[in-house]
Amino acid sequence: MSLSHEFIMGLVRLTLYVVGLIAFAAFNAAYLSLCERKVPAWFQLRYGPKEVGPFGLLQPVADGVKLLTKQLLVQKGSDVLLFKLAPVMVITPAIMCLAVIPFSETLGARNINLGLLAIFSFSAIHVLGTMLGGWASYNKYASIAAARVVAQNIAYEIPLLLVIVALVMVTRTFNLHEIVAQQAGAFWHWNIFRLQASPLMPLAFLIFFTCMLAESNRAPFDMIEAESELVAGAFTEYSGMGFGLFFIAEYANIVVGCSLATVLFLGGWHCPFGLLPGLHWFMIKMYVLCFAVIWVRWSFPRTQFYGLLNLSWKFLIPLAFVHLMLTAVMLKLA
Amino acid sequence: MNLMPITIYSLATAAVFTSFVVVTLGGAVMAVVARRLVRSVCGLALSFLGLAGLYYFLHSPFLALMQMLIYVGAICITIMFAMMLTDPQDQPIRRGRRLLLEAASLLVAGLLAAGLITLLDRSTWMTTSAPSHGDTLPELGRVLLFRYGFAFELISVVLLLAILGALVVARSGRRSPS
Repeated sequence: MSLSHEFIMGLVRLTLYVVGLIAFAAFNAAYLSLCERKVPAWFQLRYGPKEVGPFGLLQPVADGVKLLTKQLLVQKGSDVLLFKLAPVMVITPAIMCLAVIPFSETLGARNINLGLLAIFSFSAIHVLGTMLGGWASYNKYASIAAARVVAQNIAYEIPLLLVIVALVMVTRTFNLHEIVAQQAGAFWHWNIFRLQASPLMPLAFLIFFTCMLAESNRAPFDMIEAESELVAGAFTEYSGMGFGLFFIAEYANIVVGCSLATVLFLGGWHCPFGLLPGLHWFMIKMYVLCFAVIWVRWSFPRTQFYGLLNLSWKFLIPLAFVHLMLTAVMLKLA
Repeated sequence: MNLMPITIYSLATAAVFTSFVVVTLGGAVMAVVARRLVRSVCGLALSFLGLAGLYYFLHSPFLALMQMLIYVGAICITIMFAMMLTDPQDQPIRRGRRLLLEAASLLVAGLLAAGLITLLDRSTWMTTSAPSHGDTLPELGRVLLFRYGFAFELISVVLLLAILGALVVARSGRRSPS
């Protein structure tokens, strides 16, 4: 008696999705890092990398080979186990988050009812990983950066979750597939323009995007790296692929954040004009958002740490509260 | 070799359960015996993760995710943060030989565990008529806000008091910049 057909197909499907998602994350890390150098070069009237391959397209491969050939050095006096575990703890949740994101109506590794909650639960581990990496390095700059990571992530998690709570009140589900399915049709059906639910919806999207930048530690919120004050922040002592994993995780987090913004506010796989819904629309929206992330990084200077915390506690959180109350009132009146 | 799917499923179930239990208990042991405070917190986080796995194993994904979000994401990180504010590079604690103390704590822990196990063994368990599959969230929300509404509100009062207490403690250390 052999194994049942269904069982084998389930295993094959699972394996393919795991491999595919890891490949997707790594590919995005490679080519978004190239964009990260090409796009500002374009802004600043430079060429950017252009030597390796046509238009510098093979530059990520060269970078990868360079990282792989470097030795992993461990600082004397550091906690070796945690030091080596931290990059893994940072990258694993990012890839796990990708598993619940619906890329199109049929393409998504797992369609679970609590998809939205799953993403926030997994990304909680990522903060712990970055912080342990900074602490285990036995380096004062890395320790300062680790303390900053937590202050920043706690501060920005609150408005993020408040905005999400308001959104869930409107959609009445945590299932990401269902949230996208609700936004079918032209662009005024998208959650960002659901003004009858709350007139502050576009603002909620802005809060979400800002918090997403802060949660993935991107400029102008890159306080954990802050190369002009903290050498390389939490990653100072990491070399070779240890650093490489943090690097891949940063881009994987951007991809997850932009995908989530697309799913929650921009109608996922639906076309703005109600034509030909599918994977391509999801990808277009996601990469436009990724471009915006890079754009923001090269347009705004890094804020001071106090300014960053003030922005969250004194501005974003009250605003998110107002949005939440307004949504509740509108729901009650409707 | 009889490799029916059903045998594989039961084997896999046992393996998954055992690994979650090992992770939970291993994390707990690590939290207790570690000499560095940070490692203890890591053990705690590991234990919470194992517990979340057990919840998931028992068909309660909401509880599992909440366990991760609140215990790993908030509690462990807050403990770490408090540690970094006080002593960012804590050194391993040099423990002297305190055999008596350790034996006593082991005894107390053993007694507590034995008591809990007998209690679990003796008590009659209520069985639900049908295991709920899938979406338990709306039901959970309804029960929490209607049937247990009073307890829910009381807990929020406790949290509010904690916040106020933290504010008072933090305020007393500050002077106005005059």
